[in-house]
Amino acid sequence: MKIAQLLTARRDASHRHWTDIAAYAYLLLGVVLMFGPVLWLVLSSFKTQAGLLEFPPSLLPMSQKEISVAGYPQPLPLFTVTMEDGTTRQLAQVRRVGIQSQMVDPDNPSQQYRVAIDKRVPVREFSLATENYTEPLARFAFPRFLANSVFVTVVATLITLLINSMAAYALSIYEFKGKNAAMLMVIGTLMIPITIILVPVYLVVTKLGLVNSLWAVILPGAATPTGVFLLRQYMLTLPRDLIEAARMDKASEWQIYWRIVMPLTLPALAVLAIFSIMWRWNEFLWPLAVLTKTEVYTLQIGLNAFQGELQTQWQYLLAMTVMTLTPVAIVFVFLQRFITTGIANTGMK
Amino acid sequence: MADLKLTDIKKAYGNVTILHGVDLAITDGEFVVFVGPSGCGKSTLLRIIAGLEQVSGGDIRIDGQSVTNVPASDRGLAMVFQSYALYPHMSVYKNMAFALENMGLGRSEVDKRVRRAADMLQLTAYLDRKPRALSGGQRQRVAIGRAIVRDPKIFLFDEPLSNLDAELRVATRKELAALHAEIGGTMIYVTHDQVEAMTLADRIVVLRAGVIEQVGTPLEVYNHPANLFVAGFIGSPRMNLFPARVADAGGVAVGSEMRPIILPSTGHAVVGTDITLGARPEHIDVVGEDQADIVITLDLVEQLGGETYLYGSTPGLPQLTVRQHGQAAYDRNQRLGLRLKRDALHLFDADGSAIRIR
Amino acid sequence: MLRGATRIIDWPMEGLQRLIGERRMPYVFLLPNLAFFGVFVFVPISINFLYSVTGGPALFPAERPFVGAGQYAYLFDCGSFVDPSSCREDHFWRGVSNTLRFTAFQVVAMVLLSLLTAIVLNMKIRGRGFFRAVYFFPVLLSPVVVALIWKWILQRDGLLNAGITGLGGDKILFLSEPGWAMFWIIFVSVWAHMGFYTLILLAGLQAIPADIYEAAEMDATPRWRVFWRLTLPLLWPNLIVVIVLALIRAVQTFDEVFVLTGGGPGTSTLMVVQYIYETAFSNQVQNFGLAAAASVVLGIVLFALTLAQLAFSQRKSS
Repeated sequence: MKIAQLLTARRDASHRHWTDIAAYAYLLLGVVLMFGPVLWLVLSSFKTQAGLLEFPPSLLPMSQKEISVAGYPQPLPLFTVTMEDGTTRQLAQVRRVGIQSQMVDPDNPSQQYRVAIDKRVPVREFSLATENYTEPLARFAFPRFLANSVFVTVVATLITLLINSMAAYALSIYEFKGKNAAMLMVIGTLMIPITIILVPVYLVVTKLGLVNSLWAVILPGAATPTGVFLLRQYMLTLPRDLIEAARMDKASEWQIYWRIVMPLTLPALAVLAIFSIMWRWNEFLWPLAVLTKTEVYTLQIGLNAFQGELQTQWQYLLAMTVMTLTPVAIVFVFLQRFITTGIANTGMK
Repeated sequence: MADLKLTDIKKAYGNVTILHGVDLAITDGEFVVFVGPSGCGKSTLLRIIAGLEQVSGGDIRIDGQSVTNVPASDRGLAMVFQSYALYPHMSVYKNMAFALENMGLGRSEVDKRVRRAADMLQLTAYLDRKPRALSGGQRQRVAIGRAIVRDPKIFLFDEPLSNLDAELRVATRKELAALHAEIGGTMIYVTHDQVEAMTLADRIVVLRAGVIEQVGTPLEVYNHPANLFVAGFIGSPRMNLFPARVADAGGVAVGSEMRPIILPSTGHAVVGTDITLGARPEHIDVVGEDQADIVITLDLVEQLGGETYLYGSTPGLPQLTVRQHGQAAYDRNQRLGLRLKRDALHLFDADGSAIRIR
Repeated sequence: MLRGATRIIDWPMEGLQRLIGERRMPYVFLLPNLAFFGVFVFVPISINFLYSVTGGPALFPAERPFVGAGQYAYLFDCGSFVDPSSCREDHFWRGVSNTLRFTAFQVVAMVLLSLLTAIVLNMKIRGRGFFRAVYFFPVLLSPVVVALIWKWILQRDGLLNAGITGLGGDKILFLSEPGWAMFWIIFVSVWAHMGFYTLILLAGLQAIPADIYEAAEMDATPRWRVFWRLTLPLLWPNLIVVIVLALIRAVQTFDEVFVLTGGGPGTSTLMVVQYIYETAFSNQVQNFGLAAAASVVLGIVLFALTLAQLAFSQRKSS
């Protein structure tokens, strides 16, 4: 759809109201403010170190054009030069001497010129500094962090899905003594964010010998009250007849859970899985407290460490930031509607 | 196949008692229908037999073995649910195979049984479909098939036809009857529809408020209702019931407008006591006013084509219903003389229990 | 294949059921979850109190001398509670005062902006799904990524300063001046989380039946009146949820601020949670008792807020 059409489209043209126009203005401002910074990050991440140091910065990643000239083994940088007679032409620079630059005509390499450096302007072209992406993968522990994050996210999500769905199953399908007490315990934990039990959880993890192990990140958050609630709410809507039919069909309680209830709870499990992936991928404070060795850093912790160490090497930092946000962005593009309705329905994040 | 014996089955939820001590014996191969108004406890009784509910008291025996404390999964019974309870994520084949796999049968045995049942129920073409791709009638048959493959000791049916439309209900009813004739298992069937009860049952169990009111073959229950409740519940339209008094030996006086009716016998009824006289709508003839026991004014005529229902009233008596064969031309407000068939009347004493007169 | 794999767990579970009986199976299903809650929530809560009444550098409570309310007394030892520098533990009170300021401005901005955005997104406009996605997108970004994105924009030679110099202004060191730093951490956290609250409010708006608005239109009700007399009262339950949730989260702010400013310049953006984290884990301090006492204080505040939320949502559902 054309932008103009999008802007002027209305449900009925007879009731044009100033609030409609204000609404579109607000939304467009929103697009710039919300997407702009991310776009700027992505564009910047493709600039060379020299490009990043430019002020004012260019919008697109640009770098100086280089050209191979016969007789010179290395490609030479290309400049637009204002000649003494006022004409301009493109010359390649062989070397610079003080405020003079020795230049050569690429079309006629035998012809050399001496040009004052303030008479020449670099010829620039759009180019992506992909080495910003490839070098951190080779030079830093970035792949290690990535692997750690993937491990934590996948394993923690699987554990979360399993134990929370088991608890939700018990709390939705059965009547048993102590059910209310168990529900209360689950609600109680809703009120205890990790921020206020940081120190004692650290002690527990130490006692279990898990400090500087990825399990220290995975285990403490595996049982989430929000997960239990979400799944229980969904399981309560399953027809009771199905469970009884399975019982009549000689299914054990575990089989009822695993072969009947779990497949039917897939939509809710998917929502919880997406949330769990987001939580785990983005988790910061707790891993920061419990992971102190570089080998076990997750992406977020690694990125935070980099931003301390690489203050002068923004090109790597930016590229790694982009790599960190890319999986989330991909998940978002494909599951946006799913996630937003999930949040709207459950009010959790 | 098996027999079932219920002894003094009680069920209460807190202060609310659902079943007040039910005794019942069902023999091998019998088709028994539990019928009663909603809330009578018939479904609870079925679920107790199934093992889906625990008894508060009493004993359940299958083939002489007590199963009172055996969980549902180990009782070897199969149940067809009102909602069918098909596993929505499994194909028709998987739905039927699920229980067999749980029983630990081999793959070829499972396949053989499923295909035989599918063949019997004309489901072979649908074995790979999911339940949501089936019509209501097909789902119903899958639910039955799921029970059949088990070769269970007893089949339990919980109002299995109530989700079908009228036409399909009649067709499926006949199929069920044929099925019972073919495989001959012990079947227990719960319904609130007395037509299903009458057509399917070897024996009907009429329940009310957690108590068995009568057990008998369909015609026994119809012809000799044990009490006022059964008389009123079985038969459609309902039996006409008149307050009456035993006039003298062999005579019953009804209301003030009616002549005494001389019966072959009034059983053990004591002269002068209040009783209730019952006459089914088809046991009332339209006659000339001179021969009539009672003269009514017609309130409403319902023409069903094959038969005609007449509703009329007379002061001092409840509205009564007359069933006439074929089509008959009557007008509203017309006066009509009625005569009760002497050999088909029912008497009930002040407690509502039937008085044996035939 | 998968069948074979699940059989492996089927058998022990079936054996267990045979052993303990069907009616005890719910406890088996509940056990793993409660074990996790127990080890990582209930035990830590009780240990937290133990920590807060003991002193010394030891990690294990048994090796820590009992000091009674000493940690709390130290924490609350202040000349004047309105002046953090008059307190013995001035960092804690800096954190409290910064957190209060941050919370006050952030929650107000958050609620107003997400309400405005939700209302605009609820209008009948083209491309609503796209715009909703735009506002929601930052919610999914990790705090570290969010902080780095803005650090890059706000740095001395960043995009924003390029804009300012382009307009003839002077470069501003946004994250090195206390006032600006506070402004930007509020701005960035609103930027990052607004989409979440917008979504809750939007769901509330969409739950208001359309015929109410049609009735108002038939009555020729002016738009502002529709907003004040219909929309706002009907949205009130969701708004309360949003306010309390925003409060609970704002009080716990840590991640973005820590990466963006590290609490600086000086202590001007130091938050309570960062104080707790550094008191417990930074190499110079490592004072578990004091950190635990501070987290008990924070916990009490959060508990009160959560109770408020439960009370409100209870009223909403009844």
